[in-house]
Amino acid sequence: MLMEMGLDREEIAALATIRSELKEIPAQRRYLIPLLQRVQQALSYLPQAAIQLVAQHLHLSPSEVYGVATFYNQFRFTPPGRHPVRVCMGTACHVKGGDIILEHFERKLEIKEGETTPDREFSIERVACVGCCALAPVALMGDALHGHMMTGKVEGLILRVQIEKEKARREMGDRDER
Amino acid sequence: MGRMTVAELERIKTEHAERMAFTDKTYLLLCGGTGCHATGSLKVKDALLDALEQAELGATVDVIETGCNGFCAMGPILVVHPGDIFYQKLKVKDMAEVVQSHLVEGKPVERLLYKDPAAKKRIPVQSDIPFFAHQMPRALRNKGIIDPEQIDDYIARDGYRGAARALLELGPDDIIEEMKISGMRGRGGAGFPTGMKWAFAKASPSDLKYVLCNADEGDPGAFMDRSILEADPHAVLEGMVIAAKAIDAHKGYIYARTEYPLAIKRLDLAIRQATEYGLLGEDIFGSGFGFEIEIYQGAGAFVCGEETALMRSIEGRRGMPRPRPPFPAHKGLWEKPTILNNVETFANVPQIVRKGGAWYASVGTDTSKGTKVFAISGDVNNIGLVEVPMGTSLRSIIYDIGGGIPKKRKFKAVQLGGPSGGCVPEAHLDTPVDFEAIAKVGAIMGSGGVIVMDENTCMVDMARFFMDFIQEESCGKCTPCREGTRRQLQILEKICNGDGEPGDIDTLEALSDTIRETALCGLGQTGPNPVLSTLRYFRDEFEAHIHEKRCPAKRCVSLLSFEVDTEKCTKCGACYRACPVDAVEWKKKELARIDLEKCIQCMTCFDKCRFDAIY
Ligand SMILES: Cc1cc2nc3c(=O)[nH]c(=O)nc-3n(C[C@H](O)[C@H](O)[C@H](O)COP(=O)(O)O)c2cc1C
Ligand code: FES
Repeated sequence: MLMEMGLDREEIAALATIRSELKEIPAQRRYLIPLLQRVQQALSYLPQAAIQLVAQHLHLSPSEVYGVATFYNQFRFTPPGRHPVRVCMGTACHVKGGDIILEHFERKLEIKEGETTPDREFSIERVACVGCCALAPVALMGDALHGHMMTGKVEGLILRVQIEKEKARREMGDRDER
Repeated sequence: MGRMTVAELERIKTEHAERMAFTDKTYLLLCGGTGCHATGSLKVKDALLDALEQAELGATVDVIETGCNGFCAMGPILVVHPGDIFYQKLKVKDMAEVVQSHLVEGKPVERLLYKDPAAKKRIPVQSDIPFFAHQMPRALRNKGIIDPEQIDDYIARDGYRGAARALLELGPDDIIEEMKISGMRGRGGAGFPTGMKWAFAKASPSDLKYVLCNADEGDPGAFMDRSILEADPHAVLEGMVIAAKAIDAHKGYIYARTEYPLAIKRLDLAIRQATEYGLLGEDIFGSGFGFEIEIYQGAGAFVCGEETALMRSIEGRRGMPRPRPPFPAHKGLWEKPTILNNVETFANVPQIVRKGGAWYASVGTDTSKGTKVFAISGDVNNIGLVEVPMGTSLRSIIYDIGGGIPKKRKFKAVQLGGPSGGCVPEAHLDTPVDFEAIAKVGAIMGSGGVIVMDENTCMVDMARFFMDFIQEESCGKCTPCREGTRRQLQILEKICNGDGEPGDIDTLEALSDTIRETALCGLGQTGPNPVLSTLRYFRDEFEAHIHEKRCPAKRCVSLLSFEVDTEKCTKCGACYRACPVDAVEWKKKELARIDLEKCIQCMTCFDKCRFDAIY
């Protein structure tokens, strides 16, 4: 379908699953935000095709759906990295130097907050308090929460992902050679 | 299971009496709050279970994962009952020793017990630890005791008895009267009397009404509501049932922050269990009264904590506030009479109805009754969740419970009420927690975030921080808030960058007044508070930035030169070891020197230097 241009195979499959689930959900406006959350959970962002799908189902215009989606911080419109980094910018984390942690991630990954690395491995976002202020400053990588962050730990976290990736690549390589 | 009865509640309570008194077995209560999960409590739990199996203690020892214990800075936490022995900062490798030494040989493991920094000795019993000893748990009475995923545990602690009384014995007016006697004022920030709010909604005739719970907890740096939901979700559900009966509503929503996955999971489970027991749904306790609750996940917008915006959000719209009146008690969700209360407010309701409003009002001050939960964090030793009677002084919270300021630094200010609040300096630390008294010193009670700041915190930077937050979260509907906060942020940024000009302070003050008076909702009306309160107490810091281009707290990067003061440097090398980019040159017994070419201005060395030698 034309609507699905620009999506990869997995994303198209995920969207198809959602389309089949839609039958269960009444075409009422109150389901708009839960639906967008469902889409983002499956695809990790809201591609245009998904916006159109949701709009159609709820008999709303796509611009109306965009209007709501862009209002809320939770929704994103470009794909995040495979390892999304979220740095807490809440008050407790700020007092403990959360901005320094954010800057350090930005420097090490050579992207700014809100961006994704060209290889789509990492992306950086800020969050306002994840409720773990006792461990400030806090950063999340994927769903894993890391407390008492320090500049040294930033490098460690990135390195760990890169080592895992390298390992996986080697194993693939080994298999190919055999 | 069919219909729940009071006799059945009593039977469950009796059946679990020994468990609750810890008399039949040894109970290992492991904290399973978000904080402890993050520090590795789940792995500790596995190790503990393994060790118990090895020691063949499975039959006489039970491991229970509780909600947030409150002393989050010490996680992972384990409390052993009987005995109330408190273990902290546990690691996987410690667990075999705990089982062998404590459970088999009866000797608690000394090195894992809490160490009092003042007395420099270990304190084995949880209730003797100053952090806990000065508290009065009411909203948090079940934290760390019950398993939040077991409804029977809650019932065994007199759970749902308040709802039984409300549904079977009291009429709506009696419930409201009890709430009025309790003197309960909303814990979400504004402190509106809860009984009065319910009375308005009750008096609004309508076929449909709604009860909403505000679990949006938008104040960044606060985690009271998260902890209550994680530790005792049924208390909130029960409070909502009672409120529903008071105003005659049959449908409720909990608007929960999406950043709190564990709280949402436990709430969801609690709703299912309560429904299965007939404590939610139709004809509760055979009273003919029915009520159901749905969770609605917020999508990350601070302004949605505001009541009219929250309702718009549930309706599937942009979460923009609207002017009041009409008040939600008359026209709320889908234009129907609606009440909205905070998580902590609801968590208190069951006990007020069960024990009476007079019991609740027996502690507190003239105008602020009962207890309040605070989340203390920032530059303080004992970070965590505390519940104290209203009227307790801020000093007592920070020093007696919080254990004072770490690293021998000096206290500077405490921030209350987050982006809508203000800071309180040393001179006013004896202010009691009381809605009016706190407002008088220029802060607000707020929802309970208490952020302690030491001398290394720059107050201009804090004002900038909160204005950045408000500006970012402004919904954009009204001009004073949208444009005014942006202009304020620009000025504050300019000052932090060393480009401040004479007159900036006057402009900030003038803008603050206009925004406060003309903004549409609470977000804008209270948004300038952090600026005004820092100006009130720390004007000299603003002036130092503007006139001397100097940041006294050494926090504003643009105003620092990243050089080593050769008089103060003790040649210790701490900065050399800490620098992440090797920009510090240092050899044993020599002064450190920072290579400005390599320096990335990350501030790590400032934090590490204990001699104030970098400027
Ligand atoms: C911008 C803004 C944000 C708010 N955020 C919250 C919040 O996160 N949690 C909360 O309980 N109340 C919040 N409130 C207060 C609510 O509007 C409302 O007064 C409260 O939930 C009522 O409950 P209570 O009477 O039990 O306190 C906020 C208010 C404003 C103006
Ligand atoms: S401020 Fe960062 S977790 Fe709360």
